[in-house]
Amino acid sequence: MLVRTVAAAEDAIEWFGGLSLFTGRAVRELFRRPFEFTEVLKQVFEIGWRSAPLIILSGLAVGAVLSMHTRSTLERFGAVSMIPTALAFALVTETGPLITGLLVSGRVGAGIGAELGGMRVTEQIDALDSLAVDSFKYLVVTRVMACIIALPLLTVLMNLSGLLGGYLAEAVVSGASFTFYFRSAFNGLAFSNYIPPTIKTVVFGLIIGSTSAYLGYNATGGAEGVGRASTQSVVLSSIFLIVCNVILVKCIFFLFPGTAL
Amino acid sequence: MTEELEAGRKSGKCAIEFASVSKAFGSRVVLKDVSFSVAEGTTYVLLGRSGAGKSVTLKLIDGLLKADSGTVTVNGEDIAALEHRALAQSRKRIGYLFQSAALFDSISVGENVAFPLRRHTKKPDAEIRSQAQGLLEQVGLGKEYDSMPGDLSGGMRKRAGLARALAVEPSLLLVDEPSAGLDPVTSTEIDELLIDIKTNRHATLVVVTHNIQSARRIADRMAFIDEGRLLAEGTVKELEHSEHELVQAFMNSHMGG
Repeated sequence: MLVRTVAAAEDAIEWFGGLSLFTGRAVRELFRRPFEFTEVLKQVFEIGWRSAPLIILSGLAVGAVLSMHTRSTLERFGAVSMIPTALAFALVTETGPLITGLLVSGRVGAGIGAELGGMRVTEQIDALDSLAVDSFKYLVVTRVMACIIALPLLTVLMNLSGLLGGYLAEAVVSGASFTFYFRSAFNGLAFSNYIPPTIKTVVFGLIIGSTSAYLGYNATGGAEGVGRASTQSVVLSSIFLIVCNVILVKCIFFLFPGTAL
Repeated sequence: MTEELEAGRKSGKCAIEFASVSKAFGSRVVLKDVSFSVAEGTTYVLLGRSGAGKSVTLKLIDGLLKADSGTVTVNGEDIAALEHRALAQSRKRIGYLFQSAALFDSISVGENVAFPLRRHTKKPDAEIRSQAQGLLEQVGLGKEYDSMPGDLSGGMRKRAGLARALAVEPSLLLVDEPSAGLDPVTSTEIDELLIDIKTNRHATLVVVTHNIQSARRIADRMAFIDEGRLLAEGTVKELEHSEHELVQAFMNSHMGG
């Protein structure tokens, strides 16, 4: 029993070591030539643009639900006029970035894990290397870079569609005007409320890109291995993202004390 | 023995040299102290049963894997000692046809063939397309430029993979199981293509196969690998008279691969 536990712990440490080295290499290679601009743009389109409909729809729904909850709470204190500010604050500081990260890790993490895993088991990655193309730069670095670029942009989209969803829910109940709602929402936010949480999604992008690429790039075992890489990409990048979020929020509170409620 | 082989041997030029090479994956030993050399401009066939270590030998030649011990020398360079850029330069002179063809399934057949040209030359798009089209015509796939790899049969994929491997005008061509899973007619066509490449492009070929008929057609020299060990090495006739029973049984069999 003890031997098995020690062996499992050793495997886990080895796995994390491998992931850390892989991520470190990906970050270093981000700043080295060749930059593979065409492939990065293609991946930004795949990861960012193709995720936009999912983000907009989810944002509308999350905003509407948050608005309904906020109204039922604030009504008790006679503070209904605070609904836009409270909703904007909740969305921009935490809900928007975290939900965007989780949605992208589901859609994109699984995609990267399956795509690179499929390329590995069908020798397409070896074929790239044999054609004198650095497969790590061409496949991994471009996807990590695309995730880093796409996550903050998608977060802004999530925040805006969340506010729109909140407005629509509020308009149905109280008939609030569009201008009043959005002016109240943005007046309650300081620069330091939305910049640091949006920038933290750069780290989310790095986590999603590197974890899913690591699992796919090192996949073994045929179709079963590809399926495993895809599933683990979603599960592990979501867990890492949630845990890392706690640390990042603490860092933001430390660096920008004004952002704490 | 062909004239090219004689010329390569006389000039003393070795395209590839394995010196006491061993390779293991965990506890599974794939190659044990293997040594052989391949003369320039010749076709060298690696024979053996499945899992004998033949495909690993090809990957060691291309630097896709590194030997645990021993030296793999390709065109006079120790392939494991090459730095990243030097390895890439070396690979530009090596074509590799993978067992599964390994075509990139997100781009068309023609773009697969054009891929190395787009990466490594500054030729205009029209010229690259025309060159890729020419290569596809050479392998009998002139009408398949815009087809996706998933739409091709196994034999067509192999031929497309061969066209891509030839795009870099390699001096060394590595071919993994060219006839696996193919009917005898397609298999013979691919063998003829390989003979044509050696004769007209003066390339060195290393071919991995189970197919003894195919091996007899294309080989100048052969090596027989079993359980990671090189059991026999020489010309077709020399292997036919090998003292190893397994080698003799393999050489005298009529299996189709």
